[in-house]
Amino acid sequence: MYKIAVIGGSDSVVGFRALGLDTFPVSDAAEARKTLHDITRIEEDPYVIIYIEETLAEPMMDEIRKFTARPTPAIILIPGRNGPIGLGQAALKQAVEQAVGSDIL
Amino acid sequence: MAKTAVTPTRMVLNQLKGRLKTATRGHKLLKDKRDELMRQFMEVIRRNKELRQRVEDGLTEAFGALTVASAVMSPEMLEQALMYPRQSVELTMKFRNVMSVNVPQYSFKTANADPGEIYPYGFTQTSGELDLAMQCLSRVFEDMLELAQVEKTMQLLAEEIEKTRRRVNALEYVMIPEMEENIKYISMKLSENENSTKVRLMKVKDMVLQQSHDFSYAQNA
Repeated sequence: MYKIAVIGGSDSVVGFRALGLDTFPVSDAAEARKTLHDITRIEEDPYVIIYIEETLAEPMMDEIRKFTARPTPAIILIPGRNGPIGLGQAALKQAVEQAVGSDIL
Repeated sequence: MAKTAVTPTRMVLNQLKGRLKTATRGHKLLKDKRDELMRQFMEVIRRNKELRQRVEDGLTEAFGALTVASAVMSPEMLEQALMYPRQSVELTMKFRNVMSVNVPQYSFKTANADPGEIYPYGFTQTSGELDLAMQCLSRVFEDMLELAQVEKTMQLLAEEIEKTRRRVNALEYVMIPEMEENIKYISMKLSENENSTKVRLMKVKDMVLQQSHDFSYAQNA
């Protein structure tokens, strides 16, 4: 059984909890980092998709990049309550740059 | 470059020729792999861009609706209404092989098939705005799941393309030219050796003739 996690501010994640996803409300980036660290270490019923709020993810991009080369988990940035800040789009740009060698978009 | 390291013998020459053949074939194959990966990658990129836009718009809308709901209801009531989910998501994952890259494929099933189960609260004490917000959220969730799949695929493909590109370039610009140079060096060295042996033989023959001539001449005289 695989699970989906959502890490974000407490007011952003409430909705996802009702959908049946596992939510981890955090108040700041340090807590988010710790949460990510903890939940990626679960061996039984692992989280294969982790959604993280962009604003919280920004200071811990180094941590998130460690997972890009691995098949699981997929860490996906989603916009928070205050709307997208373009970090999710940046991930796309980064992948293109890595593959092609230059930004062709 | 590395020609000082090779011993100019026929055996090494044969070995090098074999390796060059393999390298050339490998180069061609890797180039094909890179091109195909690139084609797939472009498709994934396009899909990702589209989905990302949809998810961002959908979430903005859902959060907006949630904000409206929280303005109508007290925060405690909202918290309480959403505290215990009635719905749970069962996720299954399979791996698909794209040009020897294993990319995940997710499919999810909700534990309760009834679409009404996304409202984990009674309708008496909550506002209609909350229903709307939940509806938005559950709709955008399907896109979010596909986004996760597409984005992960994109990352893994990018990684593989980078690796393949490096290999192609290393073969094309380092390995193959180096081997060709070595082969040229060895074959030149070998023909040089051959020439010098020929010259030496001619010289020896002359000497022998001279000797025997002198010898016979001396006898005749």
